[in-house]
Amino acid sequence: MSGEREHQHPASSTKHLLSPLLELRGIRKSFGPVRAVRGADFSLAAGEVHALVGENGAGKSTLMHIAAGMVLPDAGTIQVNGREVRVHSPREARELGIGMVHQHFTSIPGLTVGENLALAVGRLDPSGHSGGTGWTAGQIESRLAKGIDLRSPVHSLSVAQRQRLEILKALATGARILLLDEPTALLTPPEVEDLQGLIREFVASGGAVALITHKLREVLGTSDRVTVLRRGIVSLRGATTDQTEQSLAHAMIGAERVASSEAGSGEQRDPFATLEVTAGALGVTVGIGGIELRAGELAGIAAVEGNGHRELLRAIAGLGALPGVRVKGTVAFVPEDRTGEGLIGELSLTENLVLGLGADPRWARGARLDWNAARQRASELIEAFDIVAPGPDARAGTLSGGNQQKLLLARALEGQPGVLVMENPTRGLDVRTTDEMHRRLRGAASAGVTVIVHSTDLDEVLALADRVLVVLRQEVREAPRGADRRLVGGMMLGVEHGQRSTVNGQR
Amino acid sequence: MKGPALRALLTGTIALLIGFAVLAMGLAAAGYDPVLALGSLWRGAFGSWYALTSATLVRSIPLIILGLGVALGFRAGVFNIGADGQFYAGAIAATWVGLQVAGWPAFAAIGAVWIAALVAGTFWIVVPVLLKVRFGVLEVISTLLLNFVAEAMVSYAVTGPLMEAKRIYPQSDPVAAAARLPALSGSRLHLGILVALVLAVLLWWVFTRTAWGFRLRAVGLGPRAAEVSGRISSRRVVAVALLCSGALAGLGGGVEIGGVTYALFQNLSPGYGFSAIAVALLARNHPIGVVCTGLLFGALEAGAQGMQREAGVPAVAVQVTEAVIILVIVLAEVLVRRAGTLRASQPGTEER
Repeated sequence: MSGEREHQHPASSTKHLLSPLLELRGIRKSFGPVRAVRGADFSLAAGEVHALVGENGAGKSTLMHIAAGMVLPDAGTIQVNGREVRVHSPREARELGIGMVHQHFTSIPGLTVGENLALAVGRLDPSGHSGGTGWTAGQIESRLAKGIDLRSPVHSLSVAQRQRLEILKALATGARILLLDEPTALLTPPEVEDLQGLIREFVASGGAVALITHKLREVLGTSDRVTVLRRGIVSLRGATTDQTEQSLAHAMIGAERVASSEAGSGEQRDPFATLEVTAGALGVTVGIGGIELRAGELAGIAAVEGNGHRELLRAIAGLGALPGVRVKGTVAFVPEDRTGEGLIGELSLTENLVLGLGADPRWARGARLDWNAARQRASELIEAFDIVAPGPDARAGTLSGGNQQKLLLARALEGQPGVLVMENPTRGLDVRTTDEMHRRLRGAASAGVTVIVHSTDLDEVLALADRVLVVLRQEVREAPRGADRRLVGGMMLGVEHGQRSTVNGQR
Repeated sequence: MKGPALRALLTGTIALLIGFAVLAMGLAAAGYDPVLALGSLWRGAFGSWYALTSATLVRSIPLIILGLGVALGFRAGVFNIGADGQFYAGAIAATWVGLQVAGWPAFAAIGAVWIAALVAGTFWIVVPVLLKVRFGVLEVISTLLLNFVAEAMVSYAVTGPLMEAKRIYPQSDPVAAAARLPALSGSRLHLGILVALVLAVLLWWVFTRTAWGFRLRAVGLGPRAAEVSGRISSRRVVAVALLCSGALAGLGGGVEIGGVTYALFQNLSPGYGFSAIAVALLARNHPIGVVCTGLLFGALEAGAQGMQREAGVPAVAVQVTEAVIILVIVLAEVLVRRAGTLRASQPGTEER
């Protein structure tokens, strides 16, 4: 620890030498084919704020959920106060003095602050809960501050006050270890300072805080140590004072060029023979701000969550308006939420095909639907897209994620769109299906469709796209051709400046 | 017959048997002779040509028409619990028009009554529709509350503007002869049965063969996917579905006035709107199924009267049977669904 930091956190200097309050070792966790955490360590000492950063899907939330007893690890050990423990439920975590504060608020708006606190602890007397290390009721009440008293109903509180209440609720249970998931996402800068004050106060009284955040400036301003996760593995750990925004961004994104999954794909840019995709009408363009996409281009959209790219994709798809977004031609949209927005699980494959294509002349006879014709086409698509399903009458909900995604893509292309918009096209898919999805997307582009893909996995964007668009704070900028991971990542985080193109309106 | 239909029929039969078993045990426990009681139940419903046509089928008609209306709402994922209110609104309008059409040709008089009933039923659900579409007020509550308003309107009508000329009983005068539905000779079975059957077939065709019927189902099963992937305005679909549901219930009221009572009075509906919910649910919102369950409930209610006459068993005993049947079927559905989710819940969840 360097001197500067110790000025700000006098309590932290000595306590680092003690054994950590919380220690996670060799944690692994997979969700189906997705390896979220691949052997990560993380420790928290009394009196420190330890920032945990990484891209979306890097595994930070999963790691914290494991510590909070919400997710069971596949492998690895958890120690609290040097003793190995099992944390199989949030309740067990609470008994061990671990409290987690989630991004979404969990207070009940109709109840008062006091009632919510009482609900969180069972009774507002945490002294009996965890050996007297937590804050007492009086301490909690005195920290409510700023116009909140125990009798105000929660719905009358501001966002910042609610956020504070969430933290105090965790503390009221006697937590000494506080896991905060993006606590400042919704706060204004002065509110962020208030929150940081509360965190420091808690840390100074012997608590420990793990802080998940996307905001690098906040990491540098608030934390004593920082751990960077990248693809489920720790890619950097050290004292915060030794870091800069650039070094953190570098560790988050990695320096290597476009990775994997592209092996041997050079020959696959031909349109595939099994599917008829006619070229979008000539002159189909998508104008995003000042950026124009032409027929046959495959554009990748890279952005960190919450920067407006989702609204942008939906505006392009015609599901909401944004100033500066102008689309000519028919647009097909494949949403990320396959069974919520893409397919209706209770309906058959045929019916889902008709759902997305509506009054297609092949089966629409005035107001009547010719289901046999639709079923026929569904069978052909099942064949052409290699969809593993018992048949066109099978319910879409019974298909695997990969086959659902193939069905969605088949349906989208079946409408012969000029533009295809896709959100996280390979989320949760295995390697083989991912490759196939990429191949088909390239094929669609070669056939003249303007393909716009957003993926939270930057590598996927870079591997797929001819042109990379970065959305940061509602602004769209284009990365220079051939930009590498580091440059694009910097643009996503706003630490390096690419070429600014145009303002894309406001929310 | 396809798997799901066969399964539905099987669960229905089992539920029916369990319901009757419970009824028999209850009757025995209460000191009645179950054989005599169940026998009189059967005779009351199916024992004679007259029982079948004039009791069972006549009672089935409003149940089927209202059941179709409720099923239409369910298809779009909305719950019209106010079919009774719309039934009354239709009955009031039908009575009023029926009193004006003396001397008209029968088809014109009947047509005018039906149109009045349809319009009134639609009108009665307009407010819930607006509240739902504009402000997101639950239709379950708004349609239910309007039932009480409709009942009060009937009370007002039969003691005020529509009260009989003699001014003795709180009821209307009988509607003009031209407005009365022709009946099968020697029975009380009226033209309404054809209305019910034609509507059922029509709705079956709409549900299974038309784009509108498909949109209805898509909105009912996946409103978000319907909006995002189907570009369907689920609000509009829901609004139209509720309006049609109200129109059908209103027509049910008009048919009851024109075919059975010829006059308006309080408690005209012995809870048809609520029985219709059970009728629709048991039929899984399938129009042809609604005809079957409507007939079943009509038979049970007709049989209940017979049981009361012959064996002295209070008619409410049959309501217990109806309730048991519904519970068994609902339970069977839950069990089937749970078995389904267990099979489907293989790992494959994603990080969110």
